[in-house]
Amino acid sequence: MRRFLCACVAMMIAVPALAQEQQIKLKAGPGLDKVEGNCGACHSLAYIEMNSPFLDHAGWQAEVTKMIKAMGAPIPDDDAKAIVEYLTKNYGT
Amino acid sequence: MLTRRSLLGAAGATAAFGGSALGLPKLLFAAESASAELSPGVPAGIKSYVTMATLPGKKPLIQLSDRGPNYEAPLEYFRTPITPNDEFFIRYHLSVIPQIDAKTYKIEVGGDGANGQTELTLDDLKKMPAYEVVAVNQCSGNRRGLSNPHVAGVEWGYGAMGCARWKGARLKDVLAMVGLKPEAIEIAFNGADSPIYDKTPDFIKSLPVWKAMDESTLIAYEMNGAPLPHFNGFPARLIVPGWTGTYWMKHLISVTALTKPQGGFWMNPAYRIPIGKFPVVARFTSQEYAPNTPITEMVVNSLITSHRDGAKVKRGKVTVGGLAWDGGYGIRTVEVSTDGGKSWTDATLGQDLGRFAFRPWSFELNAKRGKNTIMANAINTIGQTQTATLIWNPAGYHNNVMQNITLDAS
Repeated sequence: MRRFLCACVAMMIAVPALAQEQQIKLKAGPGLDKVEGNCGACHSLAYIEMNSPFLDHAGWQAEVTKMIKAMGAPIPDDDAKAIVEYLTKNYGT
Repeated sequence: MLTRRSLLGAAGATAAFGGSALGLPKLLFAAESASAELSPGVPAGIKSYVTMATLPGKKPLIQLSDRGPNYEAPLEYFRTPITPNDEFFIRYHLSVIPQIDAKTYKIEVGGDGANGQTELTLDDLKKMPAYEVVAVNQCSGNRRGLSNPHVAGVEWGYGAMGCARWKGARLKDVLAMVGLKPEAIEIAFNGADSPIYDKTPDFIKSLPVWKAMDESTLIAYEMNGAPLPHFNGFPARLIVPGWTGTYWMKHLISVTALTKPQGGFWMNPAYRIPIGKFPVVARFTSQEYAPNTPITEMVVNSLITSHRDGAKVKRGKVTVGGLAWDGGYGIRTVEVSTDGGKSWTDATLGQDLGRFAFRPWSFELNAKRGKNTIMANAINTIGQTQTATLIWNPAGYHNNVMQNITLDAS
């Protein structure tokens, strides 16, 4: 895994244009940095807009808990709380 | 926390796959057309970002997400019973999709439920007796976005499906090379895709032995007479006719006979339907734990593909048509109603490419000035029909609600 990431980083340096990532601009607000840093590390932030606006606080909490418990996301407790607050406020019902 | 750098690295690797000589993907974005391609009823948030994107070797698809790669086919791609390779949808859970060298590619076959073990190269696979099947590959979550109330997940409209002519070796012939022990109960499959973060469960699926041994279950290396596109599982993938796409492992690298139920996340709690809610025949008993059970075969369904809801037509004769499919029992009838479901008339069925394939159908509508409603209902050979109302379930599976579209005639 680590070797893979290193190879990718090397590729990035060699050909910066490779990262033609989907352009997702989430709403500004407290907690956005935690969302980008944690959620965005493993998957496109498009999943957030795609799943809006129909989840309430409990719904977003369940998604973040799933990412930590089932998907193994290494999200510190404080970050998780900030993420749920951000998602509920900006992408909730 | 992972770093931004690792994130960009993996994204670059994903996006970079398989493109031109320089390895640079040509991504053409067209936000306006993408919004128009969305199925009515999907969550409103999708419109705020969705674009059409053109991956190497593909025509424009609706880009729901690029990491993992999830690209839906627009309605126009469903006007033929065979979906061309460059119009076929793309669906992954994980984000690292390696480019595989066909020369060094291998499938490991073994497990505690097998008498032996072996390795197969692509050439080995191609030397085995070859079989073909035309079969629908439909994501379990196709139409999830139409759930009411909405449920979390990839919010697919109508286009997370396609139908191709697949060619490959029978899985049962591959399993015969190692021999199954009598106590083998499931066959597990892994693909070459992997997560960005190594604690994320790898995508591994299993089938009951009876389905693995079915003569229609193949390890395919050809799709519509050509090698599989990268994003559809190059160089070889599992074909499980009749069952939903979750079992159709792409980039297959291992086939493992098990004497105990596969215990990974993607078998349980993922991909489950409530027991007793759907009229499915095929059961996966070694994975059945109340209150739910693995999704298995597709429910009978149809899609009107000639017109969008709200399309403008000229009054008089209008040919309305689409596709119908099911879990492999075969389509017996597609009936159409122009009076909101009070009376029904049989549509004309088109080319029969086999019981696992899309079955085209068409109906001559005598459109009157103003609003004309069209409902379609497919019925299979064992008498199953589509439903009038949604059988809601937490993961948004098996949505086969009859469509009711309006054509505006002038």
